[in-house]
Amino acid sequence: MDAKDILGLPKTPLTAPQEKKSRPQKDSQRKPDGISREVYALTGGLAPLMPAVDVSQLKRRPQSDEKVTWQWLPFTSSARTDNLQLYHWVRVVNGVPPTGDYSFAKYNKSVNVVKYTDEEYEKYLTDPTWTREETDQLFELCERFDLRFIVIADRFPSSRTVEDLKNRYYSVSRAILVARAPSSGDVSGHPLVKEPYNVSQEVERKRALSMILSQTKQQERKDAEVLAEAKRITEARIAARGAEESDMPVASNVSPESNEKNIIPVETVSPSSNVQIPPTTVAPPTSTADDISTLNSLRGMRVYLRTYALEQMVQAASSSAGLRTIKRVEQTLQDLGVNLKPKVPTKSVCAEHLELRKEILTLLNLQKQLQYKEAEGSSHRDGSYVETPGTPKRSHRTGEQDRTFIPDSISFGGERVGKRDQKRKAPAPPSPAQSKRPRKLKASD
Amino acid sequence: MPHTPSLSSPRNQSDVSESAIKLQRLVMGRSTDDPEKKIPNRRLKDVEICVPISYGTISFWLGRKASESQSHKWTVYVRGATNEDLGVVIRRAVFQLHPSFNNPMRVVDSPPFELSESGWGEFEIAITLYFHSDVCDKQLDLFHHLKLYPEDESGPQSTKKPVVVESYNEIVFPDPLDSFFARVKDHPAVIVPRLPASFNLPAPVPIENAKEKKRGDTKDHPLNQWFVNFSEADELLKLATARQQVQAHIVKLRRQLSVIDGLPRPLKPASDE
Repeated sequence: MDAKDILGLPKTPLTAPQEKKSRPQKDSQRKPDGISREVYALTGGLAPLMPAVDVSQLKRRPQSDEKVTWQWLPFTSSARTDNLQLYHWVRVVNGVPPTGDYSFAKYNKSVNVVKYTDEEYEKYLTDPTWTREETDQLFELCERFDLRFIVIADRFPSSRTVEDLKNRYYSVSRAILVARAPSSGDVSGHPLVKEPYNVSQEVERKRALSMILSQTKQQERKDAEVLAEAKRITEARIAARGAEESDMPVASNVSPESNEKNIIPVETVSPSSNVQIPPTTVAPPTSTADDISTLNSLRGMRVYLRTYALEQMVQAASSSAGLRTIKRVEQTLQDLGVNLKPKVPTKSVCAEHLELRKEILTLLNLQKQLQYKEAEGSSHRDGSYVETPGTPKRSHRTGEQDRTFIPDSISFGGERVGKRDQKRKAPAPPSPAQSKRPRKLKASD
Repeated sequence: MPHTPSLSSPRNQSDVSESAIKLQRLVMGRSTDDPEKKIPNRRLKDVEICVPISYGTISFWLGRKASESQSHKWTVYVRGATNEDLGVVIRRAVFQLHPSFNNPMRVVDSPPFELSESGWGEFEIAITLYFHSDVCDKQLDLFHHLKLYPEDESGPQSTKKPVVVESYNEIVFPDPLDSFFARVKDHPAVIVPRLPASFNLPAPVPIENAKEKKRGDTKDHPLNQWFVNFSEADELLKLATARQQVQAHIVKLRRQLSVIDGLPRPLKPASDE
């Protein structure tokens, strides 16, 4: 037996004359009692060194000497204050019913509501807004209803808000506690003393909660958009501040003609560009820390070529992007019909080229983000659906085909935008067929 | 600081007189500018002087006159992009040719900075530009591949139509000396920013008197007709259009993202209602 081998125990000899004995022995070793052969075989056919489950317990039947009957017997519970006689089924062993209290009686806990004497009330607990009677009533209700303030507020004779009642109760308890304590140090650890009930805060909190709860869907969406916008703005501000701070030591030794530098780009751009760039949601060229450090290093050179400067700036701008992203940027440039290296690299052309590259990087990043978010969202809701680009899931909305994903290679260049939309409409399934899916999704929420 | 010309190095152009003039100039410069030279020249911060250039090669097939070793006649040059005189900025251009040429290092000390040769093979020409002392004491390297044979090999070569390859670029001098600025600020070959009127510049000191004999601009150059006209308008237009498209996409994506960001599941965008 391998197990005995491992343990180092002497093997049981299997000699010829003992074959008959050994066979039944082997049999029982092969198939232990209590579990079927197939199940035992699952363990590998070997007995575990340390059996996790006591095999003999697996099919234990009640001991033959015990006689169990079930009887309908009355019982009492220490939790009841009246003497109500209730009945239930009881497992009786050998004619002996079980002893002890009702097993659920131990769960009958109640709150220790403080009891104050008259003097104590006079000394510590008087309050202009609360009469003695009211306070007494409150405490009685608290005890009766185990500090379930909603119920208490409902039952309270004069109408008081839940916060008001809570405030009174907690301040009284606290005052009593502090008053009765031999020294202030003893009770300083007590939660009532450490964190007193703050009425105004509670009122505010509940008001805010109810506001959020009662928001309409529209408002919810608007809030989400505003928050996202705010987050983006703060992030942009932080980035700008970070860039500014790195810029500060550079800007500090600026001489009087420094503002000429700002005028130069304007001068070269406006007379030479015949194109009006619409100022709608155009982001002004933001210079990051990378840009500034590159510019500085360029200024350190006594002479350089415009193409060299552009290369450096492009490198700086794509420093955070991987090789694949850079390839995609170049692919996009080609799709847009723009030369990867400008044929006429004047100052303004290089500036525009750089900005275009940066914008393409932003675009690719946003695309990636959008894809991740959509994949996340769909995997949360429903594992079986996979969001693929181009499948409009919730297209029961009319019109907006542009909401569908922009596939990896943006089809620019030559194709008019209108055409693109028409092409997209073809593969989209008809809207009535779609209506089933969204409903299903809603149900699963 | 000034570069002392060495009279001993072999040159294709005999310019012993030129170097003598240069020495004279330096001496003159030193004596007249003495009070100013004592104070180191100021550098104009955040100002850049830009010189747009065009450099490249024009190559003619020699046709009947072609031989095995000399099938093409070509010229390599560096000119102002608007054909203005670059001599105001560039002091010397050195063209490094293929080692199979005699004296592969060809030096050109005056504008127009060009070199003509004949040969049979295409190779890379290294052009090194040296600037005047008040411009920059560092040299600038350009590289150009000499092209003899046209792109489309259809049909016979023509002796009349050359193979022209030009590259546009701009030489940028950041933080230039104010003396340099003063000297070139009104020169057509150079782009300078406008300084406030009250700005104090030193009186411009012209570098060369002797150079006025030979004109340095290429406006009437014999190869003029083949020069490429570079216009940035086309490129700017393409870039602007591209930027517009990309920006429109970005706006759309941003809107989509902000909707998704705020909610557990995406809803319709507000514009749909």
